Amino acid sequence: MLDADGARAWVLALAEAVEQTCEQLTSLDAAIGDGDHGTNMRRGLRAVVEALDGFDAATPGEVLKKAGMTLISSVGGASGPLYGSAFRAMGKALDTPQADAGQLAGAFAAGLEAVQRLGAAQVGDKTMVDAWAPASAAFAAEAVRGPAAASATAARAAEEAALGTVPLQAHKGRASYLGERSIGHQDPGATSTALLFRTLADVLAGGPE
Amino acid sequence: MKKLINSPDEVVADALVGVAAAHPSLRVDVKERVVSRAAQTRVGKVALVSGGGSGHEPLHGGFVGLGMLDAACPGEVFTSPVPGQMLTAAQRVDGGAGVVFVVKNYTGDVLNFQLAAELAEEEGVPVQTVLVDDDVAVQDSTYTAGRRGTGATLFVEKIAGAAAERGDSLAEVAALGRRVNAASRSFAVALTSCTTPAAGRPGFDLPEDEIEVGVGIHGEPGRSREKIRPAREIVADALAAILADQPLESGEEVIALVNGMGATPLLELYIVYGEVAALLSARGVRIARNLVGNYVTSLDMAGVSITLCRADAELLALWDAPVDTPALRWGV
Repeated sequence: MLDADGARAWVLALAEAVEQTCEQLTSLDAAIGDGDHGTNMRRGLRAVVEALDGFDAATPGEVLKKAGMTLISSVGGASGPLYGSAFRAMGKALDTPQADAGQLAGAFAAGLEAVQRLGAAQVGDKTMVDAWAPASAAFAAEAVRGPAAASATAARAAEEAALGTVPLQAHKGRASYLGERSIGHQDPGATSTALLFRTLADVLAGGPE
Repeated sequence: MKKLINSPDEVVADALVGVAAAHPSLRVDVKERVVSRAAQTRVGKVALVSGGGSGHEPLHGGFVGLGMLDAACPGEVFTSPVPGQMLTAAQRVDGGAGVVFVVKNYTGDVLNFQLAAELAEEEGVPVQTVLVDDDVAVQDSTYTAGRRGTGATLFVEKIAGAAAERGDSLAEVAALGRRVNAASRSFAVALTSCTTPAAGRPGFDLPEDEIEVGVGIHGEPGRSREKIRPAREIVADALAAILADQPLESGEEVIALVNGMGATPLLELYIVYGEVAALLSARGVRIARNLVGNYVTSLDMAGVSITLCRADAELLALWDAPVDTPALRWGV
């Protein structure tokens, strides 16, 4: 189960993971984008950590909605609205004190839908959708085994999918302007999405089923 | 880099402080980064909100006032504002009749305004968006999917703003804005690069004897790089590009904007305008109204953009309607 404290722990773990990988995300983005994905995500998540400090939440959804609004209002570019609306959509789907695996599966689907509605990307376009879609599907398929097991499977799926963006040609986002030259580089958005699923798996592995 | 700034990080905030001091008719919220009219929106009047990266002044803050925008959201230099700004602006200026977002077609602007529109709707403020994409130079750029939005933004803000002022509904104001965009085409040429305060050096190298043809308002590349030639020939090529995309027949009327990109003197802009007028006249196209000056700039880039809007009696009447903003003022 995921409660408000669990959601808070997840978001804080994601913020820490982005601090650790900021340079890697930025150098991935420098290769095929405009080179600010790491610093943008770090700025946004630092703002989230600040916003959650002392923020009193009764549900995991409130935490995620707060994180989403903060990302939206502090990141800019394309990743701000995309991640921000994903968090808001997940938050709206988790408006109970305790969210079970089925609700989490629904939240990931809602997050994916929000990202695709805004960015209009499909799987294979070399974007964060490439990691989010298989992770969301993997989580749903494993949901009967509980949130911890499902999130571990989802994290692996996201990480494999992020690596799988290397040979792809980008069709959405800044990298799409490079055409064939985008081939051979891992997508920074898919990489940060893998962090999102990995940190949830880590948080849930340490908590009660 | 040699610029009149205090610190590269404070450029936008410091400029807004100056805007506030210079224009008591505006309410400038330096913290929230929203420039709005000091007077509250008339109840029942549709409100217009625009915004985008800073560095294109007077766009958009200079067009806030009677007959044009109700609010503008300046982002960081050449960076989209964030939805929170736009939401704050929309809530602040909604007069109960809804808000039209005027958005230039750059990916960051489009995504952030789209999200802001959703947030505003959730807060009970109906929003319609007018996407401006008038630049015929490129189909896709480093910053855009599809055509870029440039000089026609001023036309959309002026004409849709006048329609809002006369009491048109949200759908009508938005439809008129879209009609103006559809009737407008632009083309730009750069003679030099510009220097963003954060980067501190020119965004691209342009040799002394070359020009960037079809350049974007962030200095992003256009169609080709060519040797500098007499203004007459450059203008002829720019007009040819515009007319290839939107033919104008003899007897038609246009509103023409000859726009400086920031570092080109009026002396040169008037030379360009003279060539535009002569070439259009030779085709039997009449310039019914015009603007010559710096309206949609790119920091200290030298160069010019030309925008033509095919006009009819309704558009001309709305163009002539009173406007009272820091950068555009007549009829009041």
